[in-house]
Amino acid sequence: MKPKALILQARGTNRDHDVAEALTLAGAEPHPVPLSELRAGKARFDDYQMLVVAGGFSYADALGAGKLLALDLNSYFSEEIAAFVDSGKPVIGICNGFQALVKSGILPGGEKKDERRKNESEVTLTFNAHGHFECRWVTLKPKSKKCIWTDGLTELIECPIAHGEGNFQTSELFPLSSFVDNDQVAITYVHSDGSPANGEYPFNPNGSLLDIAGICNLQGNVLGLMPHPENHIHSYQHPNWTGGVNGCSGLALFQNGVKYASNL
Amino acid sequence: MSIYRIIVCFTHLDPRSAHYLLDARALGFNNLQRIECQDLYFVEGQLSQEDLQQLTLKLLSDSVTQSALWVELPAPHPDLGTDSVTVEVSLRPGVTDPVAHEIVRAAHEIGIDGVHRAATGLRFQLEGLNADEIKQLAKQLLANNVIQHWKVGNIEPSFPEELESSGAIETISIRGLNDDELFLLSKDRRAALDLAEMKAIQSYCIKEDRDLTDIEFETIAQTWSEHCGHKTFKAKVTIDGGQQTVASNGQPSTVDSLIKTYLKSATDKINAPWVLSAFVDNAGIVDFDDDFEVSFKVETHNHPSAIEPFGGANTGVGGVIRDVLGVSAKPIANTDVLCFGNQNISFDQLPEGVLHPKRIMSGVVAGVQDYGNKIGIPTVNGAILFDEGYTANPLVFCGCVGIAPKGKHKKNPQRGDRVIVLGGRTGRDGLRGATFSSMTMDAQTGEVAGASVQIGDPITEKGLIDVIVRARDMGLYTDITDCGAGGLSSAVGEMASKVGADVDLRNVRLKYPGLAPWEIWLSEAQERMTLAVSSENLSALQELCNTFDTELTDIGSFTGEHRLVVRYDGKIVLDLDNEFLHEGIPQRQLSAVISEQLSVVSEQLSANVDAEKVLLKLLAHPNIASKSSVIRIYDHEIQGGTVVKPLTGIQADAPSDATVIKPQGTRGMKGIVLSNGINPEYGKRDAYRMALAVIDEAIRNAVAVGADPERIAILDNFCWGDPKRPETMGTLVEAAHGCHDGAMLFGAPFISGKDSLNNEYMGADGQRHSIPPTLLISALGMMDDVTKAVTMDLKEAGNEIYVIGNFQPVFGGSHFGLVMGEVNESIPVLHQSTPKVYKALHQAITEGLVRSVHDISEGGLAVAAAEMCIGGRLGMKIESNLWDDVVRVLFGESTGSLLVEVSPANKEKFLNTFKGLPSYWLGKTTQETSLTALFHGFKALDVTVSQLVEAWNTPL
Repeated sequence: MKPKALILQARGTNRDHDVAEALTLAGAEPHPVPLSELRAGKARFDDYQMLVVAGGFSYADALGAGKLLALDLNSYFSEEIAAFVDSGKPVIGICNGFQALVKSGILPGGEKKDERRKNESEVTLTFNAHGHFECRWVTLKPKSKKCIWTDGLTELIECPIAHGEGNFQTSELFPLSSFVDNDQVAITYVHSDGSPANGEYPFNPNGSLLDIAGICNLQGNVLGLMPHPENHIHSYQHPNWTGGVNGCSGLALFQNGVKYASNL
Repeated sequence: MSIYRIIVCFTHLDPRSAHYLLDARALGFNNLQRIECQDLYFVEGQLSQEDLQQLTLKLLSDSVTQSALWVELPAPHPDLGTDSVTVEVSLRPGVTDPVAHEIVRAAHEIGIDGVHRAATGLRFQLEGLNADEIKQLAKQLLANNVIQHWKVGNIEPSFPEELESSGAIETISIRGLNDDELFLLSKDRRAALDLAEMKAIQSYCIKEDRDLTDIEFETIAQTWSEHCGHKTFKAKVTIDGGQQTVASNGQPSTVDSLIKTYLKSATDKINAPWVLSAFVDNAGIVDFDDDFEVSFKVETHNHPSAIEPFGGANTGVGGVIRDVLGVSAKPIANTDVLCFGNQNISFDQLPEGVLHPKRIMSGVVAGVQDYGNKIGIPTVNGAILFDEGYTANPLVFCGCVGIAPKGKHKKNPQRGDRVIVLGGRTGRDGLRGATFSSMTMDAQTGEVAGASVQIGDPITEKGLIDVIVRARDMGLYTDITDCGAGGLSSAVGEMASKVGADVDLRNVRLKYPGLAPWEIWLSEAQERMTLAVSSENLSALQELCNTFDTELTDIGSFTGEHRLVVRYDGKIVLDLDNEFLHEGIPQRQLSAVISEQLSVVSEQLSANVDAEKVLLKLLAHPNIASKSSVIRIYDHEIQGGTVVKPLTGIQADAPSDATVIKPQGTRGMKGIVLSNGINPEYGKRDAYRMALAVIDEAIRNAVAVGADPERIAILDNFCWGDPKRPETMGTLVEAAHGCHDGAMLFGAPFISGKDSLNNEYMGADGQRHSIPPTLLISALGMMDDVTKAVTMDLKEAGNEIYVIGNFQPVFGGSHFGLVMGEVNESIPVLHQSTPKVYKALHQAITEGLVRSVHDISEGGLAVAAAEMCIGGRLGMKIESNLWDDVVRVLFGESTGSLLVEVSPANKEKFLNTFKGLPSYWLGKTTQETSLTALFHGFKALDVTVSQLVEAWNTPL
């Protein structure tokens, strides 16, 4: 049976259709659901096998990208989401969804449930180093073996970024080395040959610490990333397909997640 | 209740600060040592210290990157201990402030119920400037007086005053006025009506034997405005002294309506079966496939963008998206063509009251970015042009493409249907925008017309899209239109024009109280749509609105009585006969003078021109140079269908000819092609040939990426000066005539159009500042298989390069003339065989014979070749003995021609396709990365590709 994926729609979510298409191609059954329907009890988190926080400009990025959506997640759905995460089902937050997962403390998350909220003050996604929104294609390296979305992916992923606040930064209090040792750096920005971007623009497009494009929780089932693999699921989407590049490299990530959900 | 002031600053570097510093330096504030930008919030309410701490830490700041402090007013703010000067900026009361709204909502969400109202602002710490320079910087960069106020030191918060609504109606006596008094009345109320129109209103009053209310007068002024009524394009034009032109262009001596004679008539004569709707609805509609239809509309938002660039462009984008929603379509792509003044003009040269072109450009681009990105529509095609004529009148063309299932769009309100307003609330925003945009601006316009500027709220409009596409699929409405210029007056007035309506303005939801009835009726508050909905369907629509957090207001009903009736609290304040309102406007009588056009081609330019220098100069010219700094801040990937992107090539930094979109959710591989043509340099010299040339350019660009030349629809946007001047009217007639002839030649029907006239500025110096005659042609093409698309970057070394088409380069209006000095020649002509060339090219593309193709446009053949080299990071060796006049071949401009790359294997087949049509072998692509040109053995050009890349990436 196809796993059912719940795609959260907040006011201003706008890449919900893109990720729905990617999930369909990857073998899932996507269900975009407005938060208002979840609040009204017309849909329930535990009816789904995957949870997707899609990209967009929830609440117009007022007071910081993802901030007010994070507030909603914590105010209205904190128990449902905690249960979903603890059950080990795949969760993914892309772009604005990543920002919301970070600002709600769901990512990077703590060892125990009650530690989850603590991190909201230690990790953030702030303004790009260049200070403005940018839309360009980047090359990504899936790294984490712990992350169920990236584990086993050997190919580089090419896909666009489209964000103004994707610069991953931590406070001095954040235990960065154990975070790295725990294999929570899921995806990094690299040169086209796969070598580390080492902060070099535009390969690392936003100034993120350690070229971090995506991170996962300690359990490995929650992935957040700034780039949009859902926009590279057809070969004609690649910027150089007319030059003979045969792509779709964004699809593998979703196939991985869907496969995992199917086997739960 | 108390007011608290909260300041949030970055602990390290605020990326905004660096931009402000750069912008300030660019404006000449070289003494500025440091500028730091901080966020400022005012919160009104009853809050404990713990509430304030929670509010600041959880909502207003990011604890990793920011710190915050707060104080209760009126206590003086703690000294920050620096020797910098503070300037604070905040929005004027009543200006849309979505962030403030979210603060109140979110505070309640986290349990801080004491928050009553909020306001936002910016705070700047400045070092190095004297008091006068600080004032100048505040005016020129930090604040815009039209929507913001600013202060050196601490600013006072400004919340809108909560006034009671008066419902006051003013009566306007018109019956007894003489001509002078009629004219004065039009002027006093900024109605922009001429004497004949005022007299028509007078006779209506005499006939009905009564005076008008203010709301009735304003409604007539709006309905009859140039913006809504297209008076100039419907006028009877008498052409004077046109003997020579009659000979050259076949121009008759009178024209009864430019729209009918030249634009609609071309569409009617072409009679393409795939045109589903042209000129009648909010957007033009063409057939896509068995399931879907595609709509396209391009609007201008010039006047608002001149006085508040961000808000003007922002709402320009929002407005055209609603046009597409108005034909029940889901918006899938935005286009933006922008024209600005010279970026390096000094302040002393600016006419009084005019913002600096740099500031206008950065504001406009930010406004386009903000709306398009946030609402989730890719911005995929456009152009940016510079000319000193646009200094006071920038042009902002915003286009939107939509897609809808066939047969679902309804346009037939029924008697008894409710008049429903969806979306944002109504405020004083944009009052008299329709009439304002029909007037020439003067130094005071910025202040007087402050109310004409709106700020957009894309997230609210996103909610409208979500509701409307579902309501359409469920068949919940019988008519729909957007609230644009003229607000409810225009929207309800138009929908009621066939059946009549009766509405009560007391039902309209307001942003703040205190609006007079005419203000509610005329308000151009953004993000509103008007629908006709039967009573049975109302609850289903309400449910959809609840789901997507969109407000629904029922303001009245369609009556079937053919009058427009508006009430306030039950009392009738407007009662107008539909026929008078919509048909009662007298036809304007205008005269035009058409002057003889230059038709000279000089023999040969001096051979002493240094071609390499010219080429690098051309590549660096702001009209030609890379626009990537703008393109990359627009999201052009969302919705996943951008098959040929605005930037292309192996490093994705070369300019595509056109964009190809494969709409999400459609079956098969069919795609849409978007391109444009615009050329003010030609417009200044010969409006008729200019029109032909820009139609050709738009179509050529579309065909170059793979569009079927027999399936291209076009849109016109005329931006002109004051049509009451016969010379200006003359060029408008010529351009419209050219539009007709161009459309006929290519069989490309117009499906929609728009004009923006009076783009003139009366400087305090008493001089007129007008824009060059500017015609934008936007093309909407189709291709059966997007995977057959071709891009302009060279693909491999060793391939053949051909010039195809009627390549007859001239220098009139050329960019060569702009960088090397004017050459006294006519502008390019369009050849009758050009459509055949495009047909052959399309066949070659469909058969897979073309590796890359690029149109020869501004800057000529050398620039086109250089751009292809940049795209592929490959070289090209031009080697030709066909032409003697090297400079002309390299840099002259021509219509109808392109450069094509063909692999040696396909050479024969390719040439066969072009049998009987003009095509010339030009040279070969090379591994060695330089562009060289040899003519009769003479080396005219030898430039490395990295030199080309560097020149082309010169900042705008």
